[in-house]
Amino acid sequence: MQPFAYARPATLADAFALLDEHGPDACLLAGGTDVVVGLRNRTLRPEMVIDLKQVAELQPAISEEGSWLTITATTALAGIDEDQRIHARFPALIEAAATVGSAQIRNRATLTGNICHASPAADTAPALLAYGARVNVASARGTRRVDLDEFFVGPGKTVLQRGELVTAIDLPIAAERRGAAFARITRRRGVDLATISICCVVESAGRTVLAYGAVGPRPFMVADESGLLADPAARDGAKDEVLRQLLTKASPISDVRGSREYREAMLLVMSRRALRASLERLRAA
Amino acid sequence: MSSTPIRVTVNGAEREVEVAPNTTLLDFLRDRLQLTGTKECCDLGECGACTVLLDGRAVNSCLMLAVEGDAREVTTIEGLSENGRPNALQDAFLAKGAVQCGFCIPGQVMAARYLLSRNPHPTLAEVREGLSGNLCRCGGYVQICEAVLAASEAGT
Repeated sequence: MQPFAYARPATLADAFALLDEHGPDACLLAGGTDVVVGLRNRTLRPEMVIDLKQVAELQPAISEEGSWLTITATTALAGIDEDQRIHARFPALIEAAATVGSAQIRNRATLTGNICHASPAADTAPALLAYGARVNVASARGTRRVDLDEFFVGPGKTVLQRGELVTAIDLPIAAERRGAAFARITRRRGVDLATISICCVVESAGRTVLAYGAVGPRPFMVADESGLLADPAARDGAKDEVLRQLLTKASPISDVRGSREYREAMLLVMSRRALRASLERLRAA
Repeated sequence: MSSTPIRVTVNGAEREVEVAPNTTLLDFLRDRLQLTGTKECCDLGECGACTVLLDGRAVNSCLMLAVEGDAREVTTIEGLSENGRPNALQDAFLAKGAVQCGFCIPGQVMAARYLLSRNPHPTLAEVREGLSGNLCRCGGYVQICEAVLAASEAGT
């Protein structure tokens, strides 16, 4: 690790001042499970590491206000799993968060970091996308909200501009019933990146949202507005037709975790399973 | 770059020290405090050999800067022994023959300690899940899981 200075700002204003002062030579630190690896590998060579964990406005917190549930930027994945409101309202996010790394990783890694790292295989991304998450972005110049679907640009790239940081992730609290499921293929149960990940959310009104990870340069979502996927009377063949059409948006590559052909074949299989599990949960809801 | 003063409690003893920001907690424990029970292996957060407890939660000390330990409490494998003797969890590892080459064992024990603190009576599946962040190249997983289950039954 090359030498760097370390700062622990107490307020967002102090954090913004440091970000603006050091520009491209600044690096934000929350959970550190990606950043410290980057520092050691020297893929990150900051002059200044800004630790956000003491920032008053970003203290780990999950809150509900109106029709939104808000998760602050320093909330660790373990904190997500320990929140009963998220278990009740966003169970597929719990399932997704539980697959990230190991217990040790989840005690440090943050939900916001998982998103800002912008890995195509980010485990929580499909669940956040399918639930309609939005990202709160702030800088010394003000704040803005970005739909998560517009936040990802490509591998490791987001719409964040220099001087900006993510303060929180919001999830819309649905009024209607819905069923949701997260599914994932991986080589090893713990501490491995996804070969494919998928989250399905079926709304009682008939809309079905499917979101995918590790099968394109960025996580993405598609929706069936026709109601066919959510229709318990629809034939499996007809559902496969719709799924195949939706899956044309996937562009998997071959890598150490699986070939393009394997991913393409498994996409349909995993989509069917996630859809079936979501429909069962919708019925039980 | 200048060192940063921190106040960190390690195995019950509070220490005021200065550390360079580019020092991991793992290197600080091993090189500065000579607590070499915590092992360095993958340096990526994949193997779990460097597992310690931070305010009671298992973490990979290779993925943390020592300066992040300021005002926190760290427990290493050296902090588990009681009166210079292995504690009951460590004894269970010995009794079940869970220790082969031994390199991964401090991390396994710390991960098991954390698991049992959250879930005193885990199933085998829960033990496997709880220790999935700890690799054993000797392949001693069966005995390691047996040891954790035995410690659980003994109420440690």
